[in-house]
Amino acid sequence: MTEANLRQTNLHAAHVAAGAKMVPFGGWSMPVQYASILEEAKRVREHTGLFDLGHMGRLEVSGKDAVTFLDSMVTSFVGKIPQSSIRYGLLCNAEGNPLDDLLLYKTGPEEIFVVANASNKDTVLSWLGDHVNGADVTITDRSDELAMLALQGPKSEAALQPLVKDKDLSEVGYYKFAFATVAGIENVRVSRTGYTGEDGFELYFPDAEAPRVWDELLVAGKDAGLAPIGLGARDTLRLEAGMPLYGHEIDAEHNPVEAGLNFGISFKEEKGDWMGRDALAKIKESPTRQLVGIKTDGKRVPRQGYKLFHGADEVGAVCSGAVSPTLGVNIGSAYVPVALAEAGQIIEMDIRGKRQECTICDLPFYSRTRK
Amino acid sequence: MRPDDRRYLDSHEWAKLDGDLIVVGITDFAVEELSNGNEGDLVYCDLPDVGRVIEQGETFGEIESVKAVSDLNAPVGGEIVEINSEIEEHLETLSQDPWKKGWLIKIKPVDKSLEHLLDSAAYEANITS
Repeated sequence: MTEANLRQTNLHAAHVAAGAKMVPFGGWSMPVQYASILEEAKRVREHTGLFDLGHMGRLEVSGKDAVTFLDSMVTSFVGKIPQSSIRYGLLCNAEGNPLDDLLLYKTGPEEIFVVANASNKDTVLSWLGDHVNGADVTITDRSDELAMLALQGPKSEAALQPLVKDKDLSEVGYYKFAFATVAGIENVRVSRTGYTGEDGFELYFPDAEAPRVWDELLVAGKDAGLAPIGLGARDTLRLEAGMPLYGHEIDAEHNPVEAGLNFGISFKEEKGDWMGRDALAKIKESPTRQLVGIKTDGKRVPRQGYKLFHGADEVGAVCSGAVSPTLGVNIGSAYVPVALAEAGQIIEMDIRGKRQECTICDLPFYSRTRK
Repeated sequence: MRPDDRRYLDSHEWAKLDGDLIVVGITDFAVEELSNGNEGDLVYCDLPDVGRVIEQGETFGEIESVKAVSDLNAPVGGEIVEINSEIEEHLETLSQDPWKKGWLIKIKPVDKSLEHLLDSAAYEANITS
């Protein structure tokens, strides 16, 4: 896809002015890095970083049947999400394979705000729309009218609080959200969520305000170390934190059970039947493979598609890989047969005929609460 | 302006005649694309064994940065007679001096003509278009 066919967020000019290298991502032109990817990742682990996530899909599902409808479509138990809380879930087909993974925000008894991946937004919209079957549900695409920014890192609260006068951010718990006045904009959705394994916030507000809020945040957060971070570091951070990326760890051929996402799947009777439930229940009884971490002391970085061998046997392939500034080695994620999915197991990665030793390890590689 | 004492490939390798040999490296543009100006972002350079015979256009090695792997393509066919083994341990040399100290391999060519490659003006036009 050429640059001309790509969509741009309202912050495109700000990224270019800040020296960002822009790359195609999910149909959008997005900043992959402003400076060094490794330095950007470190900044988020140690201080705080600002991300433009204007490419993400944002939908609203509302109506009398909104909750029960979503409970018939997604893996998590939407009816049990407390008001102003957020849960992770997946939208699967009847075979239990994901069309996307989602964040579900319980805005009200008849209103759920859904965050989807940029590249899957249209699929999510049409899949949900095709399954309404007369339920009292309205599905609205809010992506174009809303900006989405994230502050991620231990100093995120310190960076954001100066622009939030009517809410003590320490009162917003992990995976919870509130509406607050941010940079003078009322009713900004502020959630304590993210995709880096660090404490932080995601903000949703009218898109036209994005350039002003971006600039004001960078000024207000300067002393806390706030600087813009690209998608390159975001990918490294989420991999270190063991978070899946659609198209890598999960896709039409990689189900959430074998991906280790059972925390986002509810088989409770009260949830009722849902798309993919039977298929995933069967897989849960007898999984054949498991998503694991791999670490390597070798110089080559694991990359998606590299084949993995145990002796002469091909046993799997790499899903994602990165140079990990937090661990100081090269890391990756991969599916391997259950029998090999033990931490400490040695396997080999093939890079065009050359083998490099890797050690299987448990995910996540990094947890801020379990150091 | 890039040096005009050598020729270039679309894929950002350079080739320079040195006596009977062709010296091959990659351009500053290639290094910048791979590392985005951060020499620490280059992580690996895989060079071939001396004695290997390669054809024009064949991949003779790989260079890897934090985010991507790129092939290294041979500007001429021939036998690889020397490699810059310092590079694998000192990737920063590619950022600091891609034109001289950052050379990668020397080829004893089947035909030492470089006429089929881009001159510096054509290469310049390619990367600025």
